[in-house]
Amino acid sequence: MTPIYLDNNATTACDPAVVAAMLPYFTEQFGNPSSMHSFGNKVGLAIKGARESVQALLGAEHDSEIIFTSCGTESDSTAILSALRAQPERNQIITTVVEHPAILALCEQLEKDGYVVTRLGVDKRGRLDLDAYRAALGPRTAIVSVMWANNETGTLFPVEAMAELAHAAGAQFHTDAVQAVGKLPMDLKRTQIDMLSLSGHKLHAPKGIGVLYLRRGTRFRPFLRGGHQERGRRAGTENTASIVGLGVAAALAKNAIATENSTVRRLRDRLEAGILAQVSNAFVTGDISNRLPNTSNIAFEFIEGEAILLLLNKLGIAASSGSACTSGSLEPSHVMRAMGIPYTAAHGTTRFSLSRFTTEAEIDRVIAAIPPIIAQLRKISPYWGEQGPLANADESFAPQYS
Amino acid sequence: MWDYSDKVREHFFNPRNAGLLDGANAVGDVGSIKCGDALRLMLKVDPASERILDASFQTFGCGSAIASSSALTEMVKGKTLDEALTVSNQDIADFLDGLPPEKMHCSVMGREALQAAVANYRGEAWQDAHAEGALVCKCFAVDSVLIEDVVRANGLTTVEQVSNYTKAGGGCASCHEGIEEILAKVAAERCTAPTAETKRCEPAPVAASAASPAPTARLTNFQRMRKIEETVESIRPMLQRDHGDIEIVEVDGKNIYVNLKGACQGCMLEASTLNGIQTRLVEELGEFVRLLPASMLGRALS
Ligand SMILES: Cc1ncc(COP(=O)(O)O)c(C=O)c1O
Repeated sequence: MTPIYLDNNATTACDPAVVAAMLPYFTEQFGNPSSMHSFGNKVGLAIKGARESVQALLGAEHDSEIIFTSCGTESDSTAILSALRAQPERNQIITTVVEHPAILALCEQLEKDGYVVTRLGVDKRGRLDLDAYRAALGPRTAIVSVMWANNETGTLFPVEAMAELAHAAGAQFHTDAVQAVGKLPMDLKRTQIDMLSLSGHKLHAPKGIGVLYLRRGTRFRPFLRGGHQERGRRAGTENTASIVGLGVAAALAKNAIATENSTVRRLRDRLEAGILAQVSNAFVTGDISNRLPNTSNIAFEFIEGEAILLLLNKLGIAASSGSACTSGSLEPSHVMRAMGIPYTAAHGTTRFSLSRFTTEAEIDRVIAAIPPIIAQLRKISPYWGEQGPLANADESFAPQYS
Repeated sequence: MWDYSDKVREHFFNPRNAGLLDGANAVGDVGSIKCGDALRLMLKVDPASERILDASFQTFGCGSAIASSSALTEMVKGKTLDEALTVSNQDIADFLDGLPPEKMHCSVMGREALQAAVANYRGEAWQDAHAEGALVCKCFAVDSVLIEDVVRANGLTTVEQVSNYTKAGGGCASCHEGIEEILAKVAAERCTAPTAETKRCEPAPVAASAASPAPTARLTNFQRMRKIEETVESIRPMLQRDHGDIEIVEVDGKNIYVNLKGACQGCMLEASTLNGIQTRLVEELGEFVRLLPASMLGRALS
């Protein structure tokens, strides 16, 4: 039984072409791009090529706007800390309650340090209220950081319009586009986005390589200081092999955006429809008509997500869950809670995230696998009776909570 | 993915006694909604002998919650109510060959369901007072609520004291920031509490004296032995507080063989205790070592 990988929002497989392009940079092309000899020179040229390829994927005006970092998290931290240091007269950060921990945990720390953090809430479909955003912007707003696409539900935020509003208030605008890059067409030169984070391992490049897009003219303070790499904006000898790999992955991703929005979207919709046609008391979370083409997040009511994942895993199917138990924390996903999804459904949310390598046969196998698993777990759920959910599940089963 | 034992997997994939129980006359419903676990335990009790004739469960929860429920029903069947009440959450975990520290609360839930079911049978009210917090120290499975309670009750101000009282932070040390936050929070409460007689505030907690940095120079054999001994000595008081102890039996290259004594021995946490101490040793020595029970001395290691 060949395994089926539907957890591409967590990480993706390296494209074989990416691996092949990287290999020489572990062996004969080991030079330091800063060196004044031909060992280094060739590597320097390869990095230049990779930079141009990322530039093309993002639609950046200049290749010098591309700064290679070690991961999406580093890009996020760099962007926010830079905006605060470069504009000491401004002390407010505006973000959302559904960001990735790479943003949320940093903001929590900055709040302890005395900065003012405004977190925009979402409605039950995961949408932002732009009026609340307008009201939050002010003369002391240093930076607005809003994700382009949500990693759990795929919900898209109107970052281009939000960047314009931020500029009108004199604030910088950053977007964590780790999940969006390679799935949506982008043309950053025609937007007012100042900074954007991406991460290689979400688009079939290796883990441990990221990019911060920095619009020319945006006031900037480096996070890592040291050598003159990346024009002094990110010191540290380049991760040459991974940068080359990311360059190839970016070129492949640019070509695959059409596939993502046709084939992958069709398979995702087929999966969703196939499951919902057979399983009752299940619903799709997030902004259904405005989300990434590869992501489906389904809440299965009255059962718990980790149990679903373990049973799926036994059948060789990989997905992920917003349940508390899969994270090691005691709380279910902050994204589900922000949307007001009840606990009994939030714990059962299961995310399927496809890639351009996903096949129709795989989707059909998953559609067949899910209903018995859900039925098996509901059979032993205290919220579930012979015919379906207990009429008033909350009253007939009201455990004493500790 | 969690490192579940084979026994946990087995009880999850093939749960025993799942579903409703006909003729149940003792029912215990407990849960922790935030954590996403809820359990209904059903018992059929013979009124004459108070013996549990049959047991079943329904569980909304993760793999280890379902496995713990299944284990619990197997363990109590055939016991009298009083016998069943002696089953501790540790017993449930042991029955399953251990649970990851983050999942110990699943066994606690089992134990509580049992108490609730017995109370239900006897017509008593069952009230659970224990609250559960986020897991702070993963080496020794200590949660934030416990740390906060102990800090408050004993007026603790340093990470070191917290480690001495609760073991939290005594292993890999990566939770020290979290412990410091709890200390700061309690210290802040203390400062603002309107105490008439004194306005003096306790100073904010300082980080425990920075652990001596891992030596970079190679230790001589003698220095190395001394270091191992000192490190283990520094951990002993913590174990002794729990009526346990540790003794070094042999040092053979990278393998350090020890005897865990008293309460530590054979306890479910033995492995995690060894792990925690091993992490400390690795840090102190600046090299990788393996801490093993003396019972493995002489056995070939795979
Ligand atoms: C939205 C989002 N931001 C940031 C990250 C972090 O990226 P990285 O793992 O490269 O640090 C992720 C990946 O999980 C993500 O989904």
